[in-house]
Amino acid sequence: MSTYSTSEFKSGLKIMMDNAPCTIVENEFVRPGKGPAFSRVKYRNLKTGRVIDRTFKSGETVEAADVMETEMSYLYNDGEFWHFMDDETFEQVSGDATAVGEAAKWMKDQDKCTVTLWNGSPLLVTAPNFVELEITDTDPGLKGDTSGGGGKPATLETGAVVRVPLFVQIGEIIKVDTRTGEYSARVKS
Amino acid sequence: MSDLNNKQWPPTCSAALLHQRAELYQSIRLFFAEKNVLEVDTPVLSNAASCDVNLDSFSAFLDSSEQDRQRLYLQTSPEFSMKRLLAFGSGSIYQIAKSFRQGESGRFHNPEFTLLEWYRVDFSMAELIEEMIELLMLSFSENLAFTTVSYGQLFQQFTGLNPHSANLNELMTYASEQGNPEAINICGDSLANGLDYVFSQYIQPTLKKNVVYFVMDYPVCMAMLAKISDDAPKVAKRFEVYFKGVELANGYEELTDWKQQKKRFQHELAERKRAGLEPVPMDINLLGALEFGLPKCSGVALGLDRLLMLMTDAASIDDVLTFPIQRA
Repeated sequence: MSTYSTSEFKSGLKIMMDNAPCTIVENEFVRPGKGPAFSRVKYRNLKTGRVIDRTFKSGETVEAADVMETEMSYLYNDGEFWHFMDDETFEQVSGDATAVGEAAKWMKDQDKCTVTLWNGSPLLVTAPNFVELEITDTDPGLKGDTSGGGGKPATLETGAVVRVPLFVQIGEIIKVDTRTGEYSARVKS
Repeated sequence: MSDLNNKQWPPTCSAALLHQRAELYQSIRLFFAEKNVLEVDTPVLSNAASCDVNLDSFSAFLDSSEQDRQRLYLQTSPEFSMKRLLAFGSGSIYQIAKSFRQGESGRFHNPEFTLLEWYRVDFSMAELIEEMIELLMLSFSENLAFTTVSYGQLFQQFTGLNPHSANLNELMTYASEQGNPEAINICGDSLANGLDYVFSQYIQPTLKKNVVYFVMDYPVCMAMLAKISDDAPKVAKRFEVYFKGVELANGYEELTDWKQQKKRFQHELAERKRAGLEPVPMDINLLGALEFGLPKCSGVALGLDRLLMLMTDAASIDDVLTFPIQRA
């Protein structure tokens, strides 16, 4: 079991806290007045997403979390699990709905996703920042309105619903920012 | 083309910063020259070390031979040697001194750093604070607001606790309530540590950023090398300076009683032992000087790297150093 001492703390370091893998968000060395040295740390629990503040005595050690981020291709969903493959090693992993979370709304076969693995299993899946998806359903609305003001809901091929400008129609492909869930542009096909 | 590909060689500060530091040193030297405060130079290597349980000194051996290895320590501040000069009759003195503290690295710390330390014979703490305000006004182009507040008042205001009477248990309960039950691991059984922890976690971050705070009259257990007031309630005649949330300086009306000083050293050494730390030799030359007679004086150490950070709104101490420890 490998450990990290507080002197190795830096943002992005993966540690085990409260029996869960966590990533350090912020770390500040503090030595007050003539007092005891400690580290003021913000870390994110990768399972719950919660950010926690804690202080650590200087020299204190914590267990390292076997967490790594890799680029993987999304393969398919079998109804219960989402399957991913490492394009270089062809190794496959599968993650449940908790791990995939919001990313499920945006992923299409062969999309390159960032998969955070903990002890080899997906802990967190992040969809690409931008995805291009086809509109499968939307109100045809008023023809000729090109102002884009207001907008309307549109259902995409993955089932996600986003607000699009009125001129965008069924069958068209649009670019969506997955971080905000907002329409970004129409893709010329 | 070389294949060394070393990207670590340049300084981390800008060229402008080199000039700003030089100008700052010049203005400090002029400031003290006009007041007839003498610049001195004392060794950074010493046979003795700070006994403070929270200070780790770097050490080195005098000889390279294996036998009879005499250990020397890099100073954590020039305080002890400067007090020996004061006892010798130097009069008021100052020094821009490299100081070293093991294990201190961070946004506001580098293991090797520069202190401006000065001592004023016959000055009270209040007079020294006045002089420091003068010096700070020279260093900043903007108008600064200054406030003097007692440690007790500030502590009570923010936490509802009286730091002069609170016990460690009360402090740790307070820390727990604020979401830091682990504080006890950091503070151990030391009341001073508990006070320092609570102050730095819950009070220091809430201080107004545009005001220079002179926090004074510390609890007796945090006296370090300061005199204790004669009248009750007893307080340590110590002050700290905070600006923009950063601890900038620490000063004392100096303890001149050598027996009292020796007791404090012994107490600290006992604390080191309990904490499982290596023993260090106490500075018997300082005690000798105090026994001979240290004139009534006040002294303060100001972190020049941090002062430069505040003057230039630097985010990290690396931005004002030429070669921080990773590049040293």
